[in-house]
Amino acid sequence: MKILWFAWLRTRVGTGEEIVEKPADIATVGALLDWLAARSPGHAQALARRDVVRVAVNQTYVPLDHAVSDGDEIAIFPPVTGG
Amino acid sequence: MAIRVQRETFDVGAELASLTAGRSDIGAVTSFVGLVRDMAGDAAIGAMTLEHYPGMTEKQLAEIEAEAHRRWPLQATLIVHRYGRMEPGEPIVLCAAASAHREAAFAACHFLIDWLKTRAPFWKLEDTAAGPQWVSAKASDDEAARRWEQDR
Repeated sequence: MKILWFAWLRTRVGTGEEIVEKPADIATVGALLDWLAARSPGHAQALARRDVVRVAVNQTYVPLDHAVSDGDEIAIFPPVTGG
Repeated sequence: MAIRVQRETFDVGAELASLTAGRSDIGAVTSFVGLVRDMAGDAAIGAMTLEHYPGMTEKQLAEIEAEAHRRWPLQATLIVHRYGRMEPGEPIVLCAAASAHREAAFAACHFLIDWLKTRAPFWKLEDTAAGPQWVSAKASDDEAARRWEQDR
């Protein structure tokens, strides 16, 4: 599974992209975020405030109860500030 | 319908001219241009760097544009959004809408920029005297976008 981090979440985690082997019992975006937060202090810091975290699965915005599977591209980022 | 995501700057006049070139069914063109300012609140900004999510950015912009065409009778639309480093005074984004009459063109252009600001995956990093600072999302932008939900 490919995980992409953007903006200040990327700087906290220390990388913009990582490939992870998701445990089989992780079925939703919310559970995935909990699991990712335990990977390093940087991950924990990036995911400390879930209200400012947005998630896209395969380039589409999804809620925390959305299903995830092994081949997905998961992007995790703060609220957008373009325009 | 056209969207472009690019590092280089753009010429607003040339973009609008090409939108209507060779057509005589367009009676109104409206445009919005967003520029880099030299101040954010009371802090001076030296430059700005825009990060984006290649792939999802184009997909979101295309969806926003398609939604505008579902809501208003439009002959043409254009969204150009830059990424990378920009100096104060440089253009960041152009939204344009062309229609037979002005009402649809005004409304669609306003909609394009309001939805873009809350949906397209771009993030601004400002160079300040205290170092680089990520721009926070504004509640007023969410409010502006919500207005178009109520109008559906």
